[in-house]
Amino acid sequence: MLKILNLEAGYGKLRILKSVSLHVNPGEIVTIIGPNGAGKTTLLNTISGIIKTRSGKIVFNKQNIQQTAAETIVSMGCSLVPEGRQVFNTLTVKENLMLGAYLQFKNGNKKKIKLELKEVLKLFPVLEEREHQLAGTLSGGEQQMLAIGRALMASPRLLMMDEPSMGLAPLIVKEIFETIVRLKDSGMTVLLIEQNARLSLGIADRGYVLETGQIVIEGTVRELLNNHDVQRAYLGKDYKGIDE
Amino acid sequence: MSFELLFQYFLSGITVGSIYAIVAVGFNIIYNTTGIINFAQGEFLILGAMVGITLSPFLPLPLAIILAVILTVIIGALIEIIFIKWLKEPSVLRVIIITIGVSILIREAMLHIWDEKVRALRYFTGTEVSSVTIFGAHISPQVLWVLGISAVIVICLNFFFKFTLIGRAMRACSANKTAARLCGINSKRMVTFSFMLSAGIGALAGCAVSPLTQTQYDMGASLAIKGFTAAILGGLGNSMAAVAAGLIIGLLEAFSISILPLAYKDAVAIALLLIILFFRPSGLFGSREKSALKEY
Ligand SMILES: Nc1ncnc2c1ncn2[C@@H]1O[C@H](COP(=O)(O)OP(=O)(O)O)[C@@H](O)[C@H]1O
Ligand SMILES: [Mg+2]
Repeated sequence: MLKILNLEAGYGKLRILKSVSLHVNPGEIVTIIGPNGAGKTTLLNTISGIIKTRSGKIVFNKQNIQQTAAETIVSMGCSLVPEGRQVFNTLTVKENLMLGAYLQFKNGNKKKIKLELKEVLKLFPVLEEREHQLAGTLSGGEQQMLAIGRALMASPRLLMMDEPSMGLAPLIVKEIFETIVRLKDSGMTVLLIEQNARLSLGIADRGYVLETGQIVIEGTVRELLNNHDVQRAYLGKDYKGIDE
Repeated sequence: MSFELLFQYFLSGITVGSIYAIVAVGFNIIYNTTGIINFAQGEFLILGAMVGITLSPFLPLPLAIILAVILTVIIGALIEIIFIKWLKEPSVLRVIIITIGVSILIREAMLHIWDEKVRALRYFTGTEVSSVTIFGAHISPQVLWVLGISAVIVICLNFFFKFTLIGRAMRACSANKTAARLCGINSKRMVTFSFMLSAGIGALAGCAVSPLTQTQYDMGASLAIKGFTAAILGGLGNSMAAVAAGLIIGLLEAFSISILPLAYKDAVAIALLLIILFFRPSGLFGSREKSALKEY
């Protein structure tokens, strides 16, 4: 579904991503873990076209998208839930969700939007209660749900999430991660970025470790959980591998 | 003071006030999409009026006005495309300064094309001496035109921003441009569109007020200041409130004449602007809660 080859990107003279290669197969949850400042957000923003690619290839559904505009990439079925939620504060919850389906609206696909909205509200019932509230007045957890819901309204085939657990209470994080699993069960492909490795490895199929802009370890979740470097750096020193 | 005189002041206050209101609405459109204040808004009014005046001897009045609006819309689009669109991630301050530069450019161009002469569009109905009498006070039918046009514009805009896809997309761009792009909204196109919309509304307003205020190439700046004050007083971005604020400023000015020397009339709006900016930057009607959600 998504294939990245020797990707390089950065800000101005700053070179952040150094020859990053990875792939995501249909139906998988793939997670990328790594410390603060490793370039995880930069990677997702580059895939979604917010940051320009310097060199390398990004292939989504057999199409090269490394030079494609962000607006077009969404229309191809690749949606990003950005870091820090980024809801439209001054718009209502309903308006936020409807704008998620902006492209479908433009194509006059009203019936599909209604169905999609129903699905999203079923996934996050709290959003229905707050339909007419301004998004900026929601709690952090509700905003995260809204941000995910808005991305889902575009009916993406690949959903990319940038640290959905950031700054949220454990109970709400649990709820959000359960939702991600439900999305996967309904056929969604997910690329999940997290600093909380225990959480994301708990639900993913495969994972990559990104450090200072480079992929340093990759493998199935089982391989990562048994990797001593991963255990030491991301899971805490008291963590015992699942095969030991 | 007699009731008739008071009422006459009131009416003249409402008249100028509705002019300020319509300028303020133009400010709000661009602010709502981009978070920037377009200081060339006053020039859009004058430009629209000038074109309308130039065409009006040759065409029926409605047609001349429509053409003036269309031409100003095109110029609004060109200005955005030439001076703003190609900038990569310009800061709000930078764009505001560009619009100040553009306003000077338009003003000088108008001076070359239309010289310094004071002109006026002809009255939409009747002449300068015809008047409608309300409660013993005399009022030009043109005032009713200005009020009516302002009202229609504001109602249409409110509908547009609340219920249409493009209107919502424009608000989304001002709330969070990156997130808007991630929804598939072409934010650059929305900015161009907002310049076109406010240029068009400015031109229509310019034509409507021209018979009353007359039109000269350099009148845009003072209109812009008054309109800006109304926009701030109403709480930036809120068109209904901007209209109310415009009327309040117009009334204050009109009644100030009865207490203060005429020369201080223009100072009223400026003083008001400073007071608002000091004590209530979210505007008279803006909720603090809502303005806390905005990024300035
Ligand atoms: N807008 C920016 N301009 C310049 N440098 C940036 C910008 N955003 C992030 N960086 C730098 O890029 C590096 C990677 O950041 P980021 O992708 O946000 O990491 P992560 O998401 O893994 O925490 C950091 O060193 C950060 O300082
Ligand atoms: Mg990050």
